[in-house]
Amino acid sequence: MSARPTVAVVVFPGSNDDHDAAWALGSMGAEPVLVWHEDTALPGDTGAVVLPGGFSYGDYLRAGAIASVAPVMDAVRRFADSGGPVLGICNGFQMLCEARLLPGVLLPNRQLEFVCRDAQVRVENAGTLFTRRCDSGQELTIPVKHGDGAWYVDEGTFVQLATRGQLVLRYTEDVNGSLGNVAGIVNGRGNVLGLMPHPEHAVDPLLGSADGGLLLAALVDAASTHSLAAA
Amino acid sequence: MKATVLVRPKDGILDPQGEAVQGSLQKLGFDVGSVRVGRVIDVELAAGDETEARAQVERMCAELLANPLIESVQIRVDEE
Repeated sequence: MSARPTVAVVVFPGSNDDHDAAWALGSMGAEPVLVWHEDTALPGDTGAVVLPGGFSYGDYLRAGAIASVAPVMDAVRRFADSGGPVLGICNGFQMLCEARLLPGVLLPNRQLEFVCRDAQVRVENAGTLFTRRCDSGQELTIPVKHGDGAWYVDEGTFVQLATRGQLVLRYTEDVNGSLGNVAGIVNGRGNVLGLMPHPEHAVDPLLGSADGGLLLAALVDAASTHSLAAA
Repeated sequence: MKATVLVRPKDGILDPQGEAVQGSLQKLGFDVGSVRVGRVIDVELAAGDETEARAQVERMCAELLANPLIESVQIRVDEE
């Protein structure tokens, strides 16, 4: 068993936060491995998967749509189905929704403008794999940078997700027209999280905030646990 | 066989692109109401007949071309 759990960071054509994510995960004690989108398998000792930010396939058709059917996604789906922790950041969140691994979809920002700034997000549920290093109600400063970040789902599903604590992160203000100011959601099983803010850009006070590190360090914890369980 | 898929934002779904186009048309002096922006996808495909082609295109829509949560589709199939 390696002391540093392997975290697979999937690289798509147009990904641009893959190396930032890998660097940040490395600084949190993980062994990041870049995996190409045409690969059909993840490294055997994968403890967690990150779908990084960027503009895969130039956001053609719908953001994340083409990536959601890339060859590697079958392996990601199998990993998620086996309980493995999967984190989708920005474009990765869009992919998870398009792949139906998470409910809803990301629509163009209400204001039609690309939004690129620090955002305040409140931890609504500190009981998930990804948020257990945070306190419930804690406000995190994490940057956003996206054009299609308005999360949408039908009303019935929204109420259901809210009741089950799956609306894990919410902006403290309206950032992009996202329903209920939702910034991040988790699946029913609790092992797949998608969020629009970029925790990998907030891992050091020098970057303006280290709050994103709380989420990534929790992911690395979960990766260790999953690797052990799978070994 | 040639198929044309019209993909539209469903009623009630936010379409900021349509709203921006509407605003510009109004600035140009056109008396327009709602404007919605969708997309047209032309697909050439091999299929025995129209029914088979339509069934294939419906699968394409379900798997990739449209997101049923926010978009509606209309499919037209032309034999060449």
